[in-house]
Amino acid sequence: MTPKTEQELAEVIAGSNGPLRIVGGGTRPIGQSDGDALGTSQMRGITLHEPGALTLVAKAGTPVAEIEAALAKENQRLAFEPMDHRALLGTTGEPTIGGVVAANVSGPRRIAVGACRDFMLGVRFVDGSGNVIKNGGRVMKNVTGYDLVKLMTGSYGTLGVLTEVSLKVLPGVAQETTLALDGLDDATAVAAMSAALSSPYEVTGVAHDPVAGKTLFRLEGFADSVAYRAAELTRLLAKFGQLVELDRPRQWQAVRDVVAFAGQPGDVWRLSVKPSDAAALVAKMDAKAVLYDWGGGLVWALTDGGDLRARLGDFQGHATLIRGTGDFPVFQPEHAPLAAISAGLRAKFDPRNILNRGLMQ
Amino acid sequence: MFYQLHGSGFNQPRTDLPYGKIGIVFLPIAAKEGIHMEMPAPSASVLSRKDQIVSRLKAVLPDAAVISDVMETRAYECDGLTAYRCPPMCAVLPANTQEVAAVLKICHELDVPVVPRGSGTSLAGGALPTADSVILGVARMNDVIETNYADRYIRVQTGRTNLSVTGAVETDGFFYAPDPSSQLACAIAGNIAMNSGGAHCLKYGVTTNNLLGVTMVTMDGQIIEIGGAHLDAGGLDLLGVICGSEGQLGVVTEATLRILHKPEGARPVLMGYDSSEVAGQVVTDIIKAGVLPVAIEFMDRPCIEATENFAKAGYPMCEALLIVEVEGSDAEIDAQLALIMEIARKHNPVELREAKDADEAGRIWLGRKSAFGAMGQINDYMCLDGTIPVSSLPYVLKRISEMSKEFGLDVGNVFHAGDGNMHPLILFDANKPGDLELCEEFGAEILKLCVEVGGCLTGEHGVGIEKRDLMNVQFDPADLEAQMAVKDVFDPKWLLNAAKVFPLDCSAPRRAA
Ligand SMILES: Cc1cc2nc3c(=O)[nH]c(=O)nc-3n(C[C@H](O)[C@H](O)[C@H](O)COP(=O)(O)OP(=O)(O)OC[C@H]3O[C@@H](n4cnc5c(N)ncnc54)[C@H](O)[C@@H]3O)c2cc1C
Repeated sequence: MTPKTEQELAEVIAGSNGPLRIVGGGTRPIGQSDGDALGTSQMRGITLHEPGALTLVAKAGTPVAEIEAALAKENQRLAFEPMDHRALLGTTGEPTIGGVVAANVSGPRRIAVGACRDFMLGVRFVDGSGNVIKNGGRVMKNVTGYDLVKLMTGSYGTLGVLTEVSLKVLPGVAQETTLALDGLDDATAVAAMSAALSSPYEVTGVAHDPVAGKTLFRLEGFADSVAYRAAELTRLLAKFGQLVELDRPRQWQAVRDVVAFAGQPGDVWRLSVKPSDAAALVAKMDAKAVLYDWGGGLVWALTDGGDLRARLGDFQGHATLIRGTGDFPVFQPEHAPLAAISAGLRAKFDPRNILNRGLMQ
Repeated sequence: MFYQLHGSGFNQPRTDLPYGKIGIVFLPIAAKEGIHMEMPAPSASVLSRKDQIVSRLKAVLPDAAVISDVMETRAYECDGLTAYRCPPMCAVLPANTQEVAAVLKICHELDVPVVPRGSGTSLAGGALPTADSVILGVARMNDVIETNYADRYIRVQTGRTNLSVTGAVETDGFFYAPDPSSQLACAIAGNIAMNSGGAHCLKYGVTTNNLLGVTMVTMDGQIIEIGGAHLDAGGLDLLGVICGSEGQLGVVTEATLRILHKPEGARPVLMGYDSSEVAGQVVTDIIKAGVLPVAIEFMDRPCIEATENFAKAGYPMCEALLIVEVEGSDAEIDAQLALIMEIARKHNPVELREAKDADEAGRIWLGRKSAFGAMGQINDYMCLDGTIPVSSLPYVLKRISEMSKEFGLDVGNVFHAGDGNMHPLILFDANKPGDLELCEEFGAEILKLCVEVGGCLTGEHGVGIEKRDLMNVQFDPADLEAQMAVKDVFDPKWLLNAAKVFPLDCSAPRRAA
């Protein structure tokens, strides 16, 4: 089923006994849920782009590529740099903006400017009973009523099917420069990344690739400003080694999409952790390879299988199984009181439990 | 570098500036009693059990932390929206999360309504008590629990004031970005509940974008931990919906906040134009050009005149004035301002003044900082807080001035132009019978206009009781139903601040249950 309008979608949901499996572009099959596929790809198109107000509104099924192209024409962009999961997950198809929002997909720039959820201004969606609901709007400051926009972002279709999203966009940049340190061990690399993030030099990407032995720092902006900050950062990080400019095309796309793990056998985990815990956690992982992003706050791990959480024990943060299967939950189990609240919310928004049933539990 | 950040914006009161009277100078409406706002009838059952309730509360808190004397409870009868007052049945001032939990358990068991309170600076009546309620104030809970520069966060008890969060880290070069102009007084508790913003949120975002985690006590007394030193939620984004929920989902007792290193410097430029339309166009052109200033502030003629008389900042007399501030190193500031000035010049400014030194920067901001106080000198006023798409600015300003004539009340406009968050100030005479009512009617019309052009009722002050009855203008019944369903989950008995946010007739079936 691929309804063409929000109204049609509402009728489909109201008339269905489920379960329904919500599909955008089908490029991010994270977790399992069964049921008839309900696709959003026919609800597409940019409904509004106001460059002077930094806002864009699009139907949920709109391809991300279409949005990025429209923004590029005005020298603007989705600053949270949504990851493209296709290479890593071996999927085909067109990533949609609805999928990006439903999974709160962000990239390396998240550490500097915020996640997808931070750029979300408004949503329209159909809940599990077929009600059409809107929240937020298309203005940058809005505290009118509860922020269901945040609640919907990252809810993986379990509370409702998104039909339209509005986003804050940002200007593109004149120049991007990547500087690298060589051969740091993980803990030292995290310390260097922290030092950069704790400086006033506005790094917009900080990643560490232990396999390549490179710790990467990205600066963006007007050319003179980038040059100035590159020099200052070099001085600041001198105690960690000599920063050298790296001229590898698509460097940050590789970090964003974790291409190093693409096509490699094994499970892929994504962990959000307290940065200064990262290296010690990685040491417990028994991973085949890892990649640190967000200054150590985001860890990608490639493993031979098994329950990574069991190996880590209690830690601050969460781990999601992005690729692979096992006898354990895909999403981080919540502590009992939070699990009860989440279950309560699902029961309210989808009382018949028909939308992506069981996906996040 | 001209001056040290963060002392630049009008939202940046500093202890080294003569700026200490903020809560007094800024009273939004002249203190006046007896204005009618429909509130649910207090529960006779609760009122009749006052002695029992107070003694139960005294059993879990030190005596001095339970205030039940009728005269003393008057200290909590209103917040920043002083036109509406109602002393609570009693007030409690717990010292930590455990005490908050103990209080809530009792209130839950005895079906007593609770109104959480931070510093009481809400302009929306968010902390207004009902006569049968317990005010739960977190003001005594103001400790810094942990500061972590490597991971760039600070953890505080939520009674701590906004400015003193920055105060705790600024000697190490850090700051907490959201900067409401009430920051000397308002607490992190209220900031989280209202998702408060500030002048610099164009670059740094509002509270929700700088909040990493909370400890919260739900109405039944359960202590829950959400988020922490890591980013984003592993499951549903509960933190996202708690922030901005106006004290209706739980009592937030501790918070983990993102801190940032201060920028190297900042510098404002002042521009005057002959028309608001042109000034609006300048804002759009700057944003389109790819520079992202930290602040773009706007003032119209009535505000310029009032502030000139009051603060003598040396502003040009014109229809519209913009203050644009950028950050960075000296050279970076030069480069950004060059671009901004070039855009400004294309639109024939009547005045274009770049701050040459800290003194001049201070004077540029002086008028803006004094705007509310200045308007208060000439009149009583009501401060609105709608947001509009930036592109609708000229149209909205034109409509406001037409409506001003229809209602016979003057309006001054001063606002955060970069993000469309308007603060029209409607002038009225509190001593003239009917004037406040007229003013409120006019205010409602302006907010409806904001919604009509694609904006919203409130950009940073919250709904509270003030905009509660306008919610139907922005939302359909299904939209409100979905929001109330969230409260059902967190607070099934609807005891927490239940008379706010939702029109009373919408929430009635739930409140009665
Ligand atoms: C002069 C002046 C200027 C202002 N400028 C700005 C501005 O620039 N930007 C802006 O956004 N706002 C501004 N405000 C509004 C106000 O300061 C903010 O809304 C502020 O966040 C309120 O904080 P508070 O601690 O005073 O909260 P209170 O007024 O005590 O309470 C506000 C709300 O929070 C709830 N609450 C309080 N404590 C808790 C808790 N522990 N747990 C759960 N809920 C709780 C209350 O129930 C209430 O609904 C201004 C106000 C004044 C008077």
